[in-house]
Amino acid sequence: MSRPEYLAPPEIFYNEEEARKYTQNSRIIDIQVQMCERAIELLVLPEDQPCYLLDLGCGSGLSGSVLEEQGHHWVGVDIAQAMLDVAVEREVEGDLLLGDMGHGCPFRAGCFDGAVSISALQWLCNADKASHKPIQRLYKFFSSLYACLTRSARAVLQFYPENSDQMELVTQQAMRAGFYGGVVVDYPNSTKAKSFS
Amino acid sequence: MKLLTHNMLTSKCLKGVSVGYPLGINATEVTTSVVDFDPEFISRLIPKLEWHALKQASDIIGEKGYLPEALIADYENNEEFLKKVHHALLEIEVVSGNLVCPETGRSFPINNGIPNMLLNEDEV
Ligand SMILES: C[S@@+](CC[C@H](N)C(=O)[O-])C[C@H]1O[C@@H](n2cnc3c(N)ncnc32)[C@H](O)[C@@H]1O
Repeated sequence: MSRPEYLAPPEIFYNEEEARKYTQNSRIIDIQVQMCERAIELLVLPEDQPCYLLDLGCGSGLSGSVLEEQGHHWVGVDIAQAMLDVAVEREVEGDLLLGDMGHGCPFRAGCFDGAVSISALQWLCNADKASHKPIQRLYKFFSSLYACLTRSARAVLQFYPENSDQMELVTQQAMRAGFYGGVVVDYPNSTKAKSFS
Repeated sequence: MKLLTHNMLTSKCLKGVSVGYPLGINATEVTTSVVDFDPEFISRLIPKLEWHALKQASDIIGEKGYLPEALIADYENNEEFLKKVHHALLEIEVVSGNLVCPETGRSFPINNGIPNMLLNEDEV
């Protein structure tokens, strides 16, 4: 399968048609729900306690729906207007922001009890504009994410690294920003989940 | 956009902005909805809030004077107060309007309930 990151920048790739197709595809729904459930497990949140969570690259809210089903409040950030519009149509409970995570997470320090990102981070490894430097964008992303989490919070970021270099690139910038943690390879060959805390 | 989100949101990703908080808020359309009240969640959220920013936003977007000037003592045991905070944080939503960076005056439009925080490459 060709990687969508190579076809067009995310805000162009996820246009109205793609946003609808994506959100209605039952196979995609199943996968995104499963991966978000796994991500919540890895967040190790206090039991039976609604938390305030961040969903990065929230898209049309397939991952967010899992967060709210488990009783959590969430804020989602995505760069594709068409995906967010579908999320509004689906009446997700989370609050939505249009933003580029490569420009940083625009929140005060210590806001969120945890963060998830499901199938989005691989986009940050790409340079879609002449001014894009993946290392800088990843560092900006991780350092601002680190700052807006509470002290005991974790971030679980599931993504599709293209190869081990990309995995290394992401891990290095995460560590540089203060995260420690590890890689969880849940579904070898298809999905890699990465958990930082 | 809920006022809870506004309370957390900054414009610090803009080049040259150090704090970027609180963002000015203007609304041309506001709605209210009903969200399940969870006193424990609200109690745990309160220490994370910037009270003054919430009070100001609620005065502008909601009903003036709805929230007190200062956070009250012993709020955990005051259900009436927690309900008010719940309403201000989660039930009032700005559908359209804009947010304004306090340091640069840069405006971020809100459409369809979604603040547009995208920056131009020369702003980062
Ligand atoms: C495969 S979708 C996943 C959406 C959602 N998390 C889910 O589980 O269904 C990837 C999303 O990442 C978003 N994305 C890609 N690059 C981004 C960036 N730089 N900032 C914010 N969102 C981004 C895309 O717009 C897209 O909605």
